[in-house]
Amino acid sequence: MIKAVILIGGPQKGTRFRPLSLDTPKPLFPVAGRPLIAHHIEACVQLKELKEILIIGFYPQTQMEGFVGDMQALYSSSNINIRRVKHKPQLTYLQEFTSLGTAGGMYHFRDQIRAGNPRAFFVLNGDVCADFPLQELYTFHTERPSSALVTIMSTEATRQQSLHYGCLVFDRASGAVSHYVEKPSSYVSTFINCGVYVCSMDIFTKLAQIFHAKGEEYSCLSYSCSGNGNGKEQGHIKWEQEVLTPLAGTDMLFAMPVPNWWSQLKTAGSAIYANRHYLALYRRTHPERLANVGHKRGEGDGNLICTVYPDVYVHPSATVHHSAVLGPNVAIGPGVTIGPGVRIRESIVLEQAQIKDHTLILHSIVGRGCTIGAWTRVEGTPSDPDPNKPFAKMENPPLFNNEGKLNPSITILGCFVQIPAEKILLNSIVLPHKELSRSFKNEIIL
Amino acid sequence: MCGSPNTSAGDGARALILVGGYGTRLRPLTLSTPKPLVEFANKPILLHQLEALVDVGCRQVILAVSYRAEQMEQELKVEAEKLGVELIFSHETEPLGTAGPLALAKPILSASAEPFFVLNSDVICDFPFKQLMQFHRNHGKEGTIVVTKVEEPSKYGVVLYDELGCIKNFIEKPQEFVSNKINAGIYIFNPSVLERIEVKPTSIEKEVFPDMAQQQELYAMDLTGFWMDIGQPKDFLTGMCLYLSSLRQKQSSKLYTGPGVVGNVLVDPTAKIGEGCRIGPNVTIGPDVVIEDGVCIKRSTILKGAIVRSHSWLDSCIVGWRSTVGRWVRIEGITVLGEDVIVKDELYVNGGQVLPHKSIAASVPEPQIIM
Repeated sequence: MIKAVILIGGPQKGTRFRPLSLDTPKPLFPVAGRPLIAHHIEACVQLKELKEILIIGFYPQTQMEGFVGDMQALYSSSNINIRRVKHKPQLTYLQEFTSLGTAGGMYHFRDQIRAGNPRAFFVLNGDVCADFPLQELYTFHTERPSSALVTIMSTEATRQQSLHYGCLVFDRASGAVSHYVEKPSSYVSTFINCGVYVCSMDIFTKLAQIFHAKGEEYSCLSYSCSGNGNGKEQGHIKWEQEVLTPLAGTDMLFAMPVPNWWSQLKTAGSAIYANRHYLALYRRTHPERLANVGHKRGEGDGNLICTVYPDVYVHPSATVHHSAVLGPNVAIGPGVTIGPGVRIRESIVLEQAQIKDHTLILHSIVGRGCTIGAWTRVEGTPSDPDPNKPFAKMENPPLFNNEGKLNPSITILGCFVQIPAEKILLNSIVLPHKELSRSFKNEIIL
Repeated sequence: MCGSPNTSAGDGARALILVGGYGTRLRPLTLSTPKPLVEFANKPILLHQLEALVDVGCRQVILAVSYRAEQMEQELKVEAEKLGVELIFSHETEPLGTAGPLALAKPILSASAEPFFVLNSDVICDFPFKQLMQFHRNHGKEGTIVVTKVEEPSKYGVVLYDELGCIKNFIEKPQEFVSNKINAGIYIFNPSVLERIEVKPTSIEKEVFPDMAQQQELYAMDLTGFWMDIGQPKDFLTGMCLYLSSLRQKQSSKLYTGPGVVGNVLVDPTAKIGEGCRIGPNVTIGPDVVIEDGVCIKRSTILKGAIVRSHSWLDSCIVGWRSTVGRWVRIEGITVLGEDVIVKDELYVNGGQVLPHKSIAASVPEPQIIM
């Protein structure tokens, strides 16, 4: 029996994902029509031995319970859409009382993870997107020496971009990691940590040692404070710096390099990139989720929703006029209404949004409940990885450049934004519940 | 004076139209077509003037041009024949300004003692030639210039004149308000004015009029109705709006009505407009133009043979002859597409000036010249 832990952090994290994370916790933001971490769960439930998935974070229980309920219902039903699932794992959300760091949360909930005596458990960061090769990763881990505590899923980055990630040096034959450093200031290795791990149960012994060592350190330093002087709880443990780095070179840390698609989801711009890749994965894993592709000639023309360029996801409850043209890389959420002659490309439209006739949406995210008038143009600038550089990842540039100007990025409409007819919105970010009365270019609209 | 209203200005009246040079201000349109032939409200600019002159009995019109354009001469001769007017091309070997061309045409203009009209070729209005001739004969002096009211006189030279119209003074770009009346570029002169001008580069406004005013030989007549110098794209579009609303007042049957039409719209009968469009206000659509379904066009001129494909949105632009605007394109901001330009699907063009035969494959979000 094995388990999986998905680390999702809390509302203070993922601020670069605003304004989309203002009303929906980032882990629940829909990518390719499903909440971000639903993709993690979907990958986990493919594992035969997996019995339980624990989601750890410090979002309030009320924000997560709906999602957990939905997922639980999905995977315990006899729905034919999930016929590939061999069994029904238990799904639980565990709320940290405060941010305990990536490892602190795992240690805090060690009893829940250890309950039932699993052989090992997966740890997945909630903010990564990937074609998760979990079975291969598990097999790889079980084939390592018994001393192995952790196997890291690793991918390659460019020399320059590797500095933004955890970098690791490992032996290509054995997989043993000899050096690990988180976000180095100079080049160490192009192999980076994907934030996906298999851990042996003995890792808790290691975490206990770290926890107690820190406890002693703090009690020496401070008699009166409950904290440690830097605002962190004593139980706060950083997985990468405090666990992985010391494990490197001890024959307890291993890495499996994988060629699969992988990306972090830090900024809203990366959501459109992730959307494209998850849609592409559906071709292999869930072709029934993708809209049929083709040119719609009239209302009664076959089983096409409208003219579709692959890949496109349309929620069954969305209403799409047959003369609209969607794709590539479009996800349409529940209850969305798309009018005649609408064109959408490289964009995500969230639930209950309404797009009126002849409107064009490019490289944008349209928030929940937005309305966009007729003949309007909503356009952003893509920030995809450089296709000419092997192993290039998303750049995630800062919001503003050195001159204090907004960097061109995708256009994002927060929830319930209203845009009148015949306007243009270019490279702009609109905060929730705003009613625009004119066109905007390269602006953040509060 | 004859009894017929069409000839009341006097049969055999003559006019000189100052066509001048290449019309660079109206580029990129004038890279393909000489300015007098560029269609304004579905009719070559010069024809608006020729027709108005013929209406008041002009039989001889001199075009003062500073370059040779065989195509223009051929096409205009055909039009002139239809109208029953003799067209004479007067070529300058060097640019002679606004007065020199009169001296060059002196042999023709002084052949009769009757007064003759002079007008700038960029001017569009309800040409008041009949009243002008009347007014001119009434005061009996050497010249009359038509003046029009403008909102921002500080950008122009203003004209000061007494209650009878006798001009006192001209003030170039006045900083303080002195008058809102400017020279409209339409004149009538007795042939004696030719004594004042030599065949050399001369400005009629700066070098001829002040002397005439000083000698109380120059009068001003107020223009009623609209007026616009359409020599550049921005004013071309403004002039079109004024022209169409004037047409609404005078000949509203010439304006187009149909589903999806808003306000004053002029559509050539050979143009095709698709379903679910919204055309207008203030749109001119030329011959053989195809507007596909679901297109919105406001305050624009679409020239002959152009195609605007489905779902596009156009505001304040001129689409050149045989150009193609793709689907879901947005064009605005005084964009001018030259002849045979292609704008690919889903692009945004704001204030682009696109030279002829260009295919645009990337958006132009800020005003720019596309070579």
